[in-house]
Amino acid sequence: MRYTLHVNGGEHTVDVDGDTPLLWVLRDAIDLKGTKYGCGIGRCGACTVHVDGAAVRSCRMPVADVGKSAVTTIEGVGNTPAGAWLQAAWLEVDVVQCGYCQAGQIMSAAALIARNAAPSDGDIAAAMDGNICRCGTYLRIQEAIKRAAKNHSATPAERKGA
Amino acid sequence: MPQDRLSANPPERAARRSSRRHAGPSRRAFLTAGTAVGGGLLLSLSLPGFRGMAAEGKAGAAALNAFVSIAPDNSVTIVAKNPEIGQGVKTMLPMLIAEELDVDWKQVRTEQASFDPSLYEGQFAGGSMATPLNWLPMRRVGAAARQMLISAAMLAWKVPQSECATQSGQVRHLPTGRTLTYGVLSATAAKLPVPDLNRVKLKDPKDFKIIGHSIPGADSPLVVEGRPLFGIDTVVPGMLYAVFQKCPVFGGKVASANLDAIGKLPGVRHAFVVEGAAGHAFAAEGEMQLTGLMPGVAIVADSWWRADKARRQLAVRWDEGPTSRQSSEGFARRAAELADKPAEKTLRNDGDAAAALKGAARVVEAAYAYPFLAHATLEPQNCTAHVQGGKAEIWAPTQNPDAGRKLVAQTLGLDEKNIVVHLTRIGGGFGRRLMNDYMVEAAWISKVTGAPVKLVWNRSDDIQHDFYRPAGWHFLKGGLDKNGKLVAWHQHFVSFGGNGKFASSAGMSANSYPAGRVANLFYGASMMPLGVPTGPLRAPGDNGLIFVFQSFIDEMAHAAGKDPLQFQIDLLGGRTVLPGGFDTGRARDVLEKVREVSGWGNRQLPAGTGLGVAFAYSHLGYFAEVVEAAVSAAGRVNVNKVWAVGDIGSQIVNPTAAVNMAQGAILDGLGEALNQKITIDKGRVAQANLDTFAPLSMTQAAPIEVHFLVSDNSPTGLGEPPLPPAVPALCNAIFAATGKRVRSLPVDPKTLRV
Repeated sequence: MRYTLHVNGGEHTVDVDGDTPLLWVLRDAIDLKGTKYGCGIGRCGACTVHVDGAAVRSCRMPVADVGKSAVTTIEGVGNTPAGAWLQAAWLEVDVVQCGYCQAGQIMSAAALIARNAAPSDGDIAAAMDGNICRCGTYLRIQEAIKRAAKNHSATPAERKGA
Repeated sequence: MPQDRLSANPPERAARRSSRRHAGPSRRAFLTAGTAVGGGLLLSLSLPGFRGMAAEGKAGAAALNAFVSIAPDNSVTIVAKNPEIGQGVKTMLPMLIAEELDVDWKQVRTEQASFDPSLYEGQFAGGSMATPLNWLPMRRVGAAARQMLISAAMLAWKVPQSECATQSGQVRHLPTGRTLTYGVLSATAAKLPVPDLNRVKLKDPKDFKIIGHSIPGADSPLVVEGRPLFGIDTVVPGMLYAVFQKCPVFGGKVASANLDAIGKLPGVRHAFVVEGAAGHAFAAEGEMQLTGLMPGVAIVADSWWRADKARRQLAVRWDEGPTSRQSSEGFARRAAELADKPAEKTLRNDGDAAAALKGAARVVEAAYAYPFLAHATLEPQNCTAHVQGGKAEIWAPTQNPDAGRKLVAQTLGLDEKNIVVHLTRIGGGFGRRLMNDYMVEAAWISKVTGAPVKLVWNRSDDIQHDFYRPAGWHFLKGGLDKNGKLVAWHQHFVSFGGNGKFASSAGMSANSYPAGRVANLFYGASMMPLGVPTGPLRAPGDNGLIFVFQSFIDEMAHAAGKDPLQFQIDLLGGRTVLPGGFDTGRARDVLEKVREVSGWGNRQLPAGTGLGVAFAYSHLGYFAEVVEAAVSAAGRVNVNKVWAVGDIGSQIVNPTAAVNMAQGAILDGLGEALNQKITIDKGRVAQANLDTFAPLSMTQAAPIEVHFLVSDNSPTGLGEPPLPPAVPALCNAIFAATGKRVRSLPVDPKTLRV
């Protein structure tokens, strides 16, 4: 079957089985390798993307269900203010160890701070608890999210002063 | 090179292509560094190539040795020789070189080496060995290159060395203030004699500008943008995708399979049985860690999804073999039986433990157990291989490419020289990828199909076909004299193995602490046969043994009515180095420091909350940790905070990475203690995914304060040492909070209910 997907602001037509998870369409049909396979059952969060702005486990979403929704991946999230602040904060805090989960972490965090300008610790835990980091960088992930949320909601003058 | 012929596009090269700077050698001859037999490095001439970089580069860049090349614009490319599994080695090793080369870090681009023993020594990730093995050799590489650049400047200016100094990638003529950049000098420098690496002058640590300063991960900008870096991201033109179904029972073989039906499913190109060559699969500890090709069914399709989907239609009749009679329950039963018999093997016998126990004022008996564990690297095992015409090219997330190449050569009947192994970034190692089963599988499947093949295991493959941390059972008796001094220790360890040899990572050293500090001490072992493959998991041995030793010492402290931390310090006694290299003074120092930073003994804690302490000497490092844990009436354990103090020598190479690594290792230990267990049932693994084998989650993570003590010892590694104490420190905190002793892992909340 042919499907036309709207990914990171561009159109991609792919010819795949309708039950193919969005994850594998992104990775192997569109060659966007940033979205990662971890468990295939929606338990680790490594495959997290945005579908119409909401964080979705792409390993559990068949391509046939995507329709005309706007899909954003780690390769495109830097074009959103939340994503760009998160990527910058991730580097400033030096979050990464192996890095395999981090695309999914950033995608979950970007969906969070796009809707919640000042997430509490509880908000962060609720939004992020389904994203496993096997290296255990959780403490820095929390710190980076807080830093990015602060920058995201600040005015340019406030950021300069920070 | 095969790489060019295939027009391969591995992630490392894709990333490199679009990075800002390019550098590479243009000369025909290159100076290469290797390690001499005696352990010292030597530089030798290699013609014609510098394989890691030959395919691209900027005209005019010169390679000063196999690690350093400098372009005319003064950009410096430094090769990281070891596999990056998240331990930060792709940043750390180049930092050592850059420091002595005397360049600014902002000039530096790091590059992952391919596996090439003709250029690089010790290309592996394991044992927390990157720092101790490379601390001086990598610095000498940088210092030698610096000396060659100074010599080039001396020639250009016709001045003596005493008038030259370096700084920030420039040589400066002190009397006149003239400068030449390394970029200008590098082409001349590369033709000059190579200094004796054992005699090059190294910096005084007080002059370090890079070592000891926090440098963010070299690949992190690419990671946060989702760029292809990992093994699983490899793309080779024309490649097919494979899955490989092995027998759920370890050691089982294929009797028959519905290959014809599978071959007709959409997208499937090949479906075939792999007979396997498993002769040396389960190498015992101390032997070469080769892993064999297991029997199974390969399905090769035009997409991974179609290959994995086809597998759901796969019907295999397995010849399960004898391991189908083994189970975790059966092992536990047998261990309890063996506990009542004399140990088969004496590991250590100091004084007379039996007599001392008889004469003791107080005797404590306890049975401890810990389960099998999987590694669950977040990137599942995978490998891309292209085998054709007696040659192979492999892109592998492996911690141990040398063993992998040997295994492929042996199994496929290839000459090692005809196998190129590219090292990709690795989505977690933890010891799992010291084994190369996925590599030989990919190579075999590529050979049979004649096409480049990317093999990706699904998560169930990964959980159910690991080399597991072996389970263990320990039966202990401890004796105190009337003053509460520990005078007797009797320990019978029931483990796995055969013919008097422990299975891989299932052993116990005769020097295990508290040996040497208890006058009457017996360590004995009995072994059960095991068909389940075992292997190193982060801090192998110690991740189970330290739980037992440090918990039982805590039990003895409580039995003696003494403060557990003071009891530990008293037991360590005076400063000395025990056989096995254990320095009691360094252990005392980290304990004293953790007492101070955690406020041990000075804090008021609510009911149901407690502090526990433990320490370990593991992989050359010393860590003492205090855990504060709260246990609810329902038995739910919450870790409130962890304080960790480490002594890994005179220098923390990269402080930001060191703190990150220590926190991660401690959380890894807490995850093992709270969540994880692999159960063997009828010779197969009962757990199948991350829902039933769960790594620590964010809500289980606690704040962790990490402190490093600087000591006058050569720097050592950090991947493993912080992990082992976290487990007993947590269990000892649970005891302090509840009065209930955790003697079996993982922690079972049911046993902690009020």
